[in-house]
Amino acid sequence: MNAHPLKSWLGAHLGLVYVFLYGPILVLVALSFNKAGMPTVWSGFSLEWYGKLFENQKIIHSVGNSLFIAAVATIISTIIGTLLAMGLEERRPRVATEALIAAPMIIPDIVMAISLLSFYSLIKLTLGAHSVILSHSAFMISFVCAVVRTRFKHFDRSIIEASIDLGASEITTFRRVTLPVIAPGVIAAALLGFTLSFDEFIIAYFTSGPSAASITFPMQIYAMIRFGVTPDVNAVATIVMLVSFFLIFLSQRINREVDA
Amino acid sequence: MVVSRRIVLTGPGIIWILALLVIPCALLLVNSFFERGIYGGIDYILTSENYVRAIDPLYAQIFWSSARVALITTLVSLVLGYPAAYCIALMPKRRQLAYLILVMLPLWSNYLIRTYAWMVLLNSEGLINKTLLGLGVIDAPLPLLYNDFAIIVGLTYAYVPFMILALFSSISKLGPELREASTDLGASSLMTFWRVTLPLTLPGVAAGSVFVFVLSVGNFVTPDLLGGGKRTMLGNLIYDQFLTARDWPFGSAIAAIVIGIMMLLLTVQAILVNRRDREGTAA
Repeated sequence: MNAHPLKSWLGAHLGLVYVFLYGPILVLVALSFNKAGMPTVWSGFSLEWYGKLFENQKIIHSVGNSLFIAAVATIISTIIGTLLAMGLEERRPRVATEALIAAPMIIPDIVMAISLLSFYSLIKLTLGAHSVILSHSAFMISFVCAVVRTRFKHFDRSIIEASIDLGASEITTFRRVTLPVIAPGVIAAALLGFTLSFDEFIIAYFTSGPSAASITFPMQIYAMIRFGVTPDVNAVATIVMLVSFFLIFLSQRINREVDA
Repeated sequence: MVVSRRIVLTGPGIIWILALLVIPCALLLVNSFFERGIYGGIDYILTSENYVRAIDPLYAQIFWSSARVALITTLVSLVLGYPAAYCIALMPKRRQLAYLILVMLPLWSNYLIRTYAWMVLLNSEGLINKTLLGLGVIDAPLPLLYNDFAIIVGLTYAYVPFMILALFSSISKLGPELREASTDLGASSLMTFWRVTLPLTLPGVAAGSVFVFVLSVGNFVTPDLLGGGKRTMLGNLIYDQFLTARDWPFGSAIAAIVIGIMMLLLTVQAILVNRRDREGTAA
C-alpha cells in the first residue's frame, strides 16, 4: 500500500534523468544567443553568433560535404535496406542471417572504422567522400532494414499473392500494393539514416582520407573543440541539434501515422 | 521461383554487409597476427607478438585503468537507469513510448556536440563553477574538466539511454503478479525488489551493462575532449596505433581483444537469459 510514495519518488528520479539528458543541450542553446563570446556570464540576447556562422567558410563547406555524403548514402541504403527488409519478411530468416544484419548496429564504431580503413587500404581504394559514403551505407542498411520491417508486422501477405494471381506483374504489385503499405516506414528509415550519417564522426574520421573535400561537419567540429571551448560552435551546434531532433521526430510521426 | 525472388531481394544487402563489415573485420583479425612493416605498413610474417605485447605491463595498465573508468560508468548508468526504466515500465502502455523516445532522442543527435555541451558546463569558467562560486559554496573553481570525473560524466551521459532501454525491455516483461504475490506473502517492498524483481530483470541489467562497458572502453572521443587526453582508454590506444604510431597490426590486436571481451560478456548474458527462461518454464 506504500505504492504511492514509491511511485512519486521514482517519478522525481525520472524527472532528474531528463534534466541530466536535456539540461546540457538547453544550456548550449541558450548560450548560442548570448552576446558575450565566452559562455560565462549572460550579457544580453544577440543573434551575432548566428551571423558570424555564415562567414565561417570552413563550417559552411563541411556542412555541404556532410549533406552530400548523407544524401548519397541515404539513397543507397534506403534502396538496399528496403529490398532486404522485403526479402527477409517473405519467410522467417535464420538466426545467423538475423545476427549478420544486426551486426553493424552492435559493433563499436571504432572497430568498424579501423576495419574499413584496413580493408580500403588492402584493396587500394583511394579515400575520399566516396569511401565515407560506402562506410556509412554499411551500417545505415541495418537501421533502414529494421525500421522498414516494423511495417510488415500487420501486413497481410496474401494481398501480394492476390495481386499476382490477378495478373499484375511483380513491379506493378510492388508499386501498387507493397509500397503504399511500407512507404511510411521507408520514409522514416531514410530520415533516420540521413541523420545518422550527417552526425557520424568516428567512421568518417578514419575513412575520409586527407582531402578537404571529404572533411565532414562532425570532423570540422572536432577540430574546433579539441583544444577548448569556442563560442563559434554554440550557434551551429544549436542549429544542427534542432534539425536532427526535428528529423527524428518527423521520422517517428510518419511511421506511427497508420498504426493509430 | 520463390527462393530466387528472395535471393534477389536480400542479395544486395547481404553482400553489402559481408563486403563492408564481415570481410573487413576478418581482415582485422588476420592483420593482428602479422608484423608491422618498417614504414608503417604490414609485413606478412606470422607472429603472436602483438598479443604478447598487449599483456606487457605498460599496456596491461591501460587495460586496467580503462576497464576501471568503464566499470564506474556502467555502475553509475545502472544506478541512474534502473529507477528510470522501472518508472517508465510502471506507466500505462500508451504513455511508455513517448517517454522512451524522450530517453532515446539525444542518441540520434551529434555526439560531439553533446560532449561539447559538457565542456561548456564543466570548465573552470563554466556554469557549474560560476554558480557554485556565486553562491559562495566554493572559493576557487573546482577541477571538473580534464580528468576521470569528466570522462565518467560524459560517458554516462552518452550511454545511459542504452542502459535504460535494455532495462526497460527486461522490466516491462515482468507482470505485477509476482510482486503482488511476494507482498501478499508478507515480504516488504525492499525484500520483494531484492528477491523477486531484481533477479528476474538481471538479463536486462547484464545486457545494458555489456553495451555501456564495451562502448566506454572503446571510446576515444570523450577521453580526448573531456579527459584532456590524460587518460588513455582502449579506444585511444587503437586510435594512436592507427593514426599516430602507425602500428596497424598492434592496433588490430587491441581491437580484436575488445571484440573478444564483448563476445564473452554477451555469451554470459545469453546464458543468464537462457537460465531464466528455463526456470520460467520449470516454475
